[in-house]
Amino acid sequence: MSKIIEGLKYSESHEWVKVEGNVAVIGVTDFAQKEMGDITYVDVPDVDDSFEAGEDFGALESVKASSDLYCPVSGKVVEVNEELEDAPEKVNEDAFAAWIIKVEMSDASELDALMDAAAYKAMIGE
Amino acid sequence: MKYYDKLIFECSKPGRVGYTLPANAFPKAEGLPQGLCRRQAPALPEVSEPEVVRHYTLLSQMNFGVDSGFYPLGSCTMKYNPKINEEVAAMPAFAGLHPLQSAPGAEKVLEEMDKALAEITGLSRFTFAPCAGAHGELTGLMLMRQYHLNRGDNARTKVIVPDSAHGTNPASAAVAGLEVVEVKSLSNGRVDVEALKGLLDEHVAGMMMTNPNTLGLFETQIEEIAALVHGVGGLMYYDGANMNPLMGLVRPGDMGFDIMHLNLHKTFSTPHGGGGPGSGPVGVAAPLVPCLDQIRVSAWHGNFGVILRAYAYILMLGREHLAKVGEYAVLSANYIKECLKDVYKLPIEGVCKHEFVFDGLVNDGAHDEVPGATTLDVAKRLLDFGFHAPTIYFPLLFHQALMIEPTETESKETIDAFIAVMRRIAEEAAEDPTLLQEAPHTTPVSRPDETTAARSPILTFQDA
Repeated sequence: MSKIIEGLKYSESHEWVKVEGNVAVIGVTDFAQKEMGDITYVDVPDVDDSFEAGEDFGALESVKASSDLYCPVSGKVVEVNEELEDAPEKVNEDAFAAWIIKVEMSDASELDALMDAAAYKAMIGE
Repeated sequence: MKYYDKLIFECSKPGRVGYTLPANAFPKAEGLPQGLCRRQAPALPEVSEPEVVRHYTLLSQMNFGVDSGFYPLGSCTMKYNPKINEEVAAMPAFAGLHPLQSAPGAEKVLEEMDKALAEITGLSRFTFAPCAGAHGELTGLMLMRQYHLNRGDNARTKVIVPDSAHGTNPASAAVAGLEVVEVKSLSNGRVDVEALKGLLDEHVAGMMMTNPNTLGLFETQIEEIAALVHGVGGLMYYDGANMNPLMGLVRPGDMGFDIMHLNLHKTFSTPHGGGGPGSGPVGVAAPLVPCLDQIRVSAWHGNFGVILRAYAYILMLGREHLAKVGEYAVLSANYIKECLKDVYKLPIEGVCKHEFVFDGLVNDGAHDEVPGATTLDVAKRLLDFGFHAPTIYFPLLFHQALMIEPTETESKETIDAFIAVMRRIAEEAAEDPTLLQEAPHTTPVSRPDETTAARSPILTFQDA
């Protein structure tokens, strides 16, 4: 049974979004980290990079596979979690604490297209 | 087997020699720049001849290869490599050639090989420059781009790749500067033709396919797919990794493919893996032949010794027996599949080609109340019985993928022994899963810590 946190937004590609004012804090879900297995590398973008909603902004690598990360909202990267570079295992330890990037949203209405906790739970079938 | 992991430098004793050179009769060179002169002798190992021989013989015994046992590594076609190939490649007239030398014999081999591969594949001309499969893919995609540019069409930037493709396909397309667009598979494992239609436009440079695909299934709608891609002006690229079941029976050129590579080290029985090097000749249909002169990917003619071995293999089998290769490979794969599908999950029923994919054990350990084990555990346990593991966790379409390719060169006895072991492992998984989870028990190294190795790799020798 994967951990899901109420109050966050979720994408179909298993990213979570925590809204802090105009900034979206983005990470991957507990379900995603379990599916990936032991994460060995987190490929993050640079601060000031801009992404459209649905565009890939980085990747996770595990002993099993490599998987792209998709930006759930459009905007500019204002901060990246540099700690993950040397400690990718933090994503496995607590996927909701190990945020990956913070994005200044250019269109907050895009959040409406994302799922809430209940809808995400139904999607992963748990 | 004796465990042995020394470096040759650890065998070294100061002053020990294996061979004495005559005194140097040449004067010492004068006037060389100081910065280029060696100040101390090179750090070479100092060992006797028998020590050298034992060292490398012991190391070679730590290896597992198709000469030591069954190697059902899916998608890799680990067939036995006939020793006559080596005999031909070692002939002094070939082995002693210099690339700059005029060599009518070697040129004749390339010419004959070109004709043979064109006949086998239904394409017009081959280049032998690419040195492996992925190198061939890159060459093929560069040819694809060049073809469009020659027509004055520079708007073709997209390459369509099915989600079941070998990872090298999207990687090669990206390296060639093209954008990768994925097309999904249907639940029967074949390309979703309706979804493909939605991706086709005048920006499509081409589509890369493997047929049979990585699930070992023949793409039954291949003619329609090729017609659709051609309809928007795109080209069809054939990844020859899975050519083994088709040789002498069905030709990519007749299916509508315009460019392809072959893995001589898979289909044509040349050494593979650590024993390479490989060879990935690329063939093209007639309209692309002029492009072959516009793309250069390596000097000379690629790995000539490998091409020679493959040529020996083709001549040895001849037309009639080349067609038997696929029949036996397909028979062996289907026999194993049918004998095991009650204890391993078969996600897609039906006749496969040369390989197939199980989605792990029926008792997969995913439910706490029923004991079981994962695909990784099955693969590790197989090593205890002297078999190489199948390909695992690929293709990504199934979470516990276990991909088995027996090839045509195994006897029924070997295949039956493998089936018996796979059934025994399934029983062990249900009765005593820890036996699998702690396997292998008999190999020199059990389970390396892959995660730490990937997260913090130590890339140089460190004295323990």
